[in-house]
Amino acid sequence: MTAVPAVSTDDLLRVEGLKVHFPIKSGIFFDRTVGHVKAVDGVDLAVPRGSTYGLVGESGCGKSTLGRAILRLEEPTAGRVLFDGTDVAALKGEPLRHMRQRMQMVFQDPLGSLDPRQNVESLLSEPLRAHGLGGGTAGIAEKVRGLLDAVGLPSASLRRYPHEFSGGQRQRIGIARALTLEPDLLIADEPVSALDVSVQAQVLNLLGELQERLGLTYLVIAHDLAVVRHISDVVGVMYLGSLVEQAPADGLYEEPLHPYTRSLMSAVPVPDPVVEESRERILLAGDLPSPANPPSGCRFHTRCPWRQETRCDDEVPVLRELAPGRLVSCHWAEEIRDGVLHPKSAEEVAATMGVDVRGTGAGAIETDALVQGIDAPIERT
Amino acid sequence: MSSVLGGPASAPVLEVDDLAVTFTRRGEKSTRAVDGVSFAVAPGETIGLVGESGCGKSVTSLAVMGLLPSRGVDVTGSVRFNGQELIGASDQMLRSLRGADMAMVFQDPLSSLNPTVRIGTQVTEVLLEHREMSKKQAAEEAAELLDRVGIPDPRRRLDEYPHQLSGGMRQRALIAMALACSPRLLIADEPTTALDVTIQAQILELLRDLVVDTGTALVMITHDLGVVAGLCDRVHVMYAGKIIETADRHDLFARPRQPYTGGLLASVPRLDTGRGTPLTPIRGSARDTIPWEQGCAFAPRCDNAQDDCLTEVSGSIVPLEYDGPGRELRCRHPLTYPQAPAGATALGGAR
Repeated sequence: MTAVPAVSTDDLLRVEGLKVHFPIKSGIFFDRTVGHVKAVDGVDLAVPRGSTYGLVGESGCGKSTLGRAILRLEEPTAGRVLFDGTDVAALKGEPLRHMRQRMQMVFQDPLGSLDPRQNVESLLSEPLRAHGLGGGTAGIAEKVRGLLDAVGLPSASLRRYPHEFSGGQRQRIGIARALTLEPDLLIADEPVSALDVSVQAQVLNLLGELQERLGLTYLVIAHDLAVVRHISDVVGVMYLGSLVEQAPADGLYEEPLHPYTRSLMSAVPVPDPVVEESRERILLAGDLPSPANPPSGCRFHTRCPWRQETRCDDEVPVLRELAPGRLVSCHWAEEIRDGVLHPKSAEEVAATMGVDVRGTGAGAIETDALVQGIDAPIERT
Repeated sequence: MSSVLGGPASAPVLEVDDLAVTFTRRGEKSTRAVDGVSFAVAPGETIGLVGESGCGKSVTSLAVMGLLPSRGVDVTGSVRFNGQELIGASDQMLRSLRGADMAMVFQDPLSSLNPTVRIGTQVTEVLLEHREMSKKQAAEEAAELLDRVGIPDPRRRLDEYPHQLSGGMRQRALIAMALACSPRLLIADEPTTALDVTIQAQILELLRDLVVDTGTALVMITHDLGVVAGLCDRVHVMYAGKIIETADRHDLFARPRQPYTGGLLASVPRLDTGRGTPLTPIRGSARDTIPWEQGCAFAPRCDNAQDDCLTEVSGSIVPLEYDGPGRELRCRHPLTYPQAPAGATALGGAR
């Protein structure tokens, strides 16, 4: 873990075949394991030094577990996590504790992740004391002041407690705490989703500024596609524990290749009525299947509007490179991109797969009790 | 006061006039959460109440439904539902209206369903209360309602408990309950905030269909400008308990006049603009407000603020004034647009 860089490339973080499975226990007398929730099931990714990797997906897709497993906050079941050439997944005890200095985390809920009984000074100096850094009391005090300055908080906040701050300020404290040890890698799990929109932008800008100034590498985990695109260089899309697509941010948003990415993108409302009325909408049928019992073949096939009769149901697609830097795991990615295949409506998918979808008879029952009391059909202007 | 502009030409279902809600606690200064809010909704119309947390949008909806506790809460002004005054109406009358003629969908579907009662019982409860039905008929009707909101295999679901349903399905079940008696007015308080985007798209599509099919008046309460842009006909932007801008959705997003609205639009990253467009956040946080009696509550965070935004300089509280056809604005120094707007993008003109 000295200055020897990773082989050939300048990737600060490499994840190879990472799996995190949680056992499902059952039984009264014996803890029998009856199955596994495959939260993360074989993920490979690489984050070059100084760049930002964005991880998106819906709740339950395993993105947070992946982030935690990289930091060894969750024990990986299989696979390797190479941080600067060292396999973090195999480290134990003191070397692991030392390694953690260099990788830090910013959590989603800023109030829940800050000790309510510690004031800001104590919160920020604790990591330094724990690692024996900072050069004594005077050195630590100076360092803490510098940190507050870096995240844009007044130095008067030192004596105050987390509940005295607003949501945005608390998240700044969370970021400052993660920065105390001058880490190389910062994993941010939903850093802005608990904040009001007008404050989100402040925190996003702050993250950008800090990266520029300190040369940080980020892994940003979020469900908001617009936020992720805004700060990421490369974006990975997760579905049910595995990556379905990875691409440079611009490319991904201009031309999403995987059917799931396309529908995810089309589901995000845009704050502009003109765009809203004209944009393509792909409604997905049903909910996310259970990760304890994922569908066979392509995991997305139960909801996919482009599902084909062959291959999708029984053959697991691999993540393959379609164009430079663009990885996608779909058997039919080329055909979908070229417009050879056309999507089916959510109703059709639901009918063939037997899953739920929005109102099937919405138009047909206009004469029943739901419209009593209204004489003429109402036209929307 | 607030006339229905641009909406369908029928009498409004709901008229709210100068509604104010004050919370008092012994030994503390009272808080005015809603401060003179007026709006109206016509049948088949969807209006949006937009604002950040703490701006009073949810309290407004609770006051309209008469769901605020009576102790320590002072509600003044007028809420007329089909011409009938609701403020000060008897509990009995409100009860007969709630669930039957006006219904509400809440944000968190898990905590607004009773976890110990089967879905079927919860849906039929409304039907048995407000429509003279036998239990058997009600069960039939409930299954039909669940089917209508897109829950598969509704008969089986009627026998299940809320925890057995996914988040999206719970929200659908709540919407089914709200629709049970074909209400004239539906208030949806952040109905999609707790849901994933793909499920959110399904629920929004469902609400959109409902308004078109049944002519229900819909009041949509949300903080998400994207949801508003796709769903609402008219939008009211709230800040610190007051409506600060009202406009047709096209006008609002094309030419926001209040610096707060403009700031909100400029601070959200969007999927349809180029990457790397810098975000222009609004300074400070929602805590940095001043009471409306002292001046414009947004003034401490506003880039356009000048001396006369304060009451002591101008001598009057900033009024909500006519601002072109179909628009109302509460601002002394609004954003201006020198030439005719070229496109509908709000980002360019916001600063």
